Amino acid sequence: MEKILIKNGRVVNPDNKIDEVLDILIEGSKIKYLKKPLSITADKIINAQGKIVVPGLIDMHVHLREPGREDEETIASGTKAAAMGGITSVCCMANTNPCIDNVSGVKFVLLKAEKEGLINVFPIGSITKNLLGKELSSMGEMSKAGIVAVSDDGNLIMNAKIMRRALEYAKTFNLPTIVHCEDLNLSHNGVMNEGKVSAILGLAGIPREAENIMVARDIALANLTGAKLHIAHVSTKESVTLIKEAKRKGIKVTCETCPHYFTLTEKNVGKYNTNMKMKPPLRTQTDINAIKEGLAEGTIDCIVSDHAPHLDIEKNTEFNLAAFGIIGLETLLPLIMVELVEKKVLSLSEAIKKVTLNPATILGLKEGRLKKGEYANLTIIDPQMELKIGNDFFHSKCKNSPFIGRKLKGFAVTTIVEGRIVMENRTFVSN
Amino acid sequence: MKLKNKDLLGLENLDKKEIQLILDTAGPFKELFTRSVKKVPALRGQTVVLLFYEPSTRTRNSFELAAKRLSADSLNVPISTSSVVKGESLIDTVKTIEAMKADFVIIRHSMAGAAEIVSRTIKSSVINAGDGAHEHPTQGLLDLFTIREKKGKIKGLKVTIIGDILHSRVARSNIWGLKKMGAEVRVCAPATLIPPEIESMGVEVFYNLEKALNDVDVIYTLRIQLERQKEHLLPSLREYAEFYAITNERLKYAKDDCLVMHPGPMNRGVEIFGEVADGPQSVILEQVTNGIAIRMAVLYLLAGRKQINSKD
Amino acid sequence: MVFREKKIIMNKSEIDRTIKRMAHEIIEKNYGVEDLVIIGIQNRGVPLANRLAFKIKEIESVDIPVGVLDITLYRDDLNSAADQPIVRETKIPFNIDRKKIVLVDDVLFTGRTIRAALDELIDFGRPKLIRLAVLIDRGNREFPIQPDFVGKIFPASIKELICVELKEVDDNERVILKEILENAHEIKK
Ligand SMILES: [Zn+2]
Repeated sequence: MEKILIKNGRVVNPDNKIDEVLDILIEGSKIKYLKKPLSITADKIINAQGKIVVPGLIDMHVHLREPGREDEETIASGTKAAAMGGITSVCCMANTNPCIDNVSGVKFVLLKAEKEGLINVFPIGSITKNLLGKELSSMGEMSKAGIVAVSDDGNLIMNAKIMRRALEYAKTFNLPTIVHCEDLNLSHNGVMNEGKVSAILGLAGIPREAENIMVARDIALANLTGAKLHIAHVSTKESVTLIKEAKRKGIKVTCETCPHYFTLTEKNVGKYNTNMKMKPPLRTQTDINAIKEGLAEGTIDCIVSDHAPHLDIEKNTEFNLAAFGIIGLETLLPLIMVELVEKKVLSLSEAIKKVTLNPATILGLKEGRLKKGEYANLTIIDPQMELKIGNDFFHSKCKNSPFIGRKLKGFAVTTIVEGRIVMENRTFVSN
Repeated sequence: MKLKNKDLLGLENLDKKEIQLILDTAGPFKELFTRSVKKVPALRGQTVVLLFYEPSTRTRNSFELAAKRLSADSLNVPISTSSVVKGESLIDTVKTIEAMKADFVIIRHSMAGAAEIVSRTIKSSVINAGDGAHEHPTQGLLDLFTIREKKGKIKGLKVTIIGDILHSRVARSNIWGLKKMGAEVRVCAPATLIPPEIESMGVEVFYNLEKALNDVDVIYTLRIQLERQKEHLLPSLREYAEFYAITNERLKYAKDDCLVMHPGPMNRGVEIFGEVADGPQSVILEQVTNGIAIRMAVLYLLAGRKQINSKD
Repeated sequence: MVFREKKIIMNKSEIDRTIKRMAHEIIEKNYGVEDLVIIGIQNRGVPLANRLAFKIKEIESVDIPVGVLDITLYRDDLNSAADQPIVRETKIPFNIDRKKIVLVDDVLFTGRTIRAALDELIDFGRPKLIRLAVLIDRGNREFPIQPDFVGKIFPASIKELICVELKEVDDNERVILKEILENAHEIKK
């Protein structure tokens, strides 16, 4: 069996709170040793001096677009982009075409991932058939086939009775229910946050209450049903407060946010920049502050990319017509490093926890930890590496990033999935 | 002195001096209308394309006449006969127009930011003739010109804009322009028609018309559209008129020499009564005349700017 | 561009005397003042036109209608102007049909301004005739245009500039010859 030795890296493993210089020996697909400097020979030695070695990142909210929109992204291209971003596991949302609402859909994704994926892919099944918010999809069978959660993300269930039944049914199979919180009547035809900027630009606004109301409703329903609720992409101050309060009361609620919600505000929409258009919309500095506080005090459990690729023709158009969503797999880690770690919002270990251990725990995955005898999924980060984000930076099929033009610091330099080096020195390794 | 940008997308982007230059230049153009030959050769050989995604006979005629009086060639591309109907994207359409070597593209579109996209896409000068609820800069300029002509100044005047501020590009352009020129601006409408945080543009919000009109120099009424009823913004146009229509009786709240303005077309009996629209304080028809002069001034100044820059 | 003042061509009293002479010439050549109108070209042709009308009134005791013409929109050099020309007022508050027009400008140079003025005047109507009066004829014509009434002929080179300064527009009252310096540092010499 091939042996890989990672020497002298600063190992950060939130699972057992390790943050020290260690050597890691990988044998075959598993971690063999995790110790103080080892004097062992290996087939390959990676010098990780000055670098950070962490469990492979988990991005639990990704749109891989396959099946249906292979022009935007495929499981192959999406997992490639993820690997470059230091991500070893992604959870892909069910809103493909056809959507993942039955066993054959789940099997298709898993088979494709097995054949063409560069990293681990964990499918998420839909809550309702065809994402229509009406009839429950076969969560039990899909769970058996390998889904890790259910979600109608991209759509949502406006009917509270159906939502209640969905939560109860998902609970039967111990599946967390991931909810996109938006009162569709209130957000109506809105395309950006309702406020100062929308007033000036003459764009229809989405009031923050569209999110807040549904967060409150779903927390109430989680309380009613005792089911595991995971609130997707939290963007408002009030959502953070509601979730904090729910957690305090012991309601089984967890949540996530995305780098853009702690980095950008409605002002970044500027003069109709459609790469700043997503749902929920970019809010205000007050919200950024609340989200950072929520991350720091643990109200917000995870950070996800909500990677949503869209072609240039879907974005380079009238703001009202442009698609919602941005890509994010390749900027997830550097934005966490720059906006949270460097700015001392979170310690390195706390930050890493939000993209490793926490999502793993919520989804019941073994990943997200460095443990002797377990699969070797790990990422080596160069905290000093600076790169300017240009169009050529991305490996996703799409370039709809709001961060183009920025200089970021702290990038993954090596990604190892089940003992295979898939990316080294920011180049893909073909096995 | 010349304009800074190749395009006129909104009054938000102009500074006070640029606005002044346009207003000053429009004066001599207005004088031209008193001649028997109302045409000058200044823009001879230049091509002006009018790309109207929304039907607007008034604005289009005004721009077309402005172009013709400057001896430019104008081409109409109305939505119904163009390839837009066949699903061609805005960007593809304007690239085609640029390929025709248009010097100016004048665009009217139902969506905010459309003119901005066009200006980023092509090298021709782009004039925004109204984009969704965003801006309608030439309307704002002609209104400033009319006010200045009648009042001798803009600075220090109190102006109240009444109506559908939420959906009004005319309101936004006027607010920017009036604020930059030193006027005090109020907006008045039921709360459903006032966008949240509009105060950040420096205006005072009123729901009560009597208070809003107290001591003002200019009353600016906006057209109310029937659709607003279906969008839960108004119970009925009748009720709107009951509280917000400008009548002779209500004119008394304002200063005695208060001007009454409207961008047209008017709904008589809804936002304005005929007695006011046709009354001595109304300058509504003059707004139309001034519109041509302002649009000529804008075309002339942008043409000069462009050529100066292509030299160096 | 940087200039150096070289020489005063006309002073205040010379300007005054010249205008008086030109007024006499205009009356003489027109066989009186019947149907006579004067139109000054913006910017400094305007005060000159007013002065000529005033002198004629002194001599003949008749008010001569005076108009103002801005030729900016008829210029042929919108493409090459260094700075965008300001559009000024045109005001011809009388019908020019069958009138004898005296067109007035300060300096006659290439003739392009006069070409533009003629084009513009014709858009106003059909005058019986148009004559040209200028304070200075500096030569270097590019168009076949000649003045009918000249204050002073002063051949200047292309590298020179003639500036008419009138108290209605400027602080001074004089005609001055300036030299165009290629480089700013030459001014120190
Ligand atoms: Zn979502």
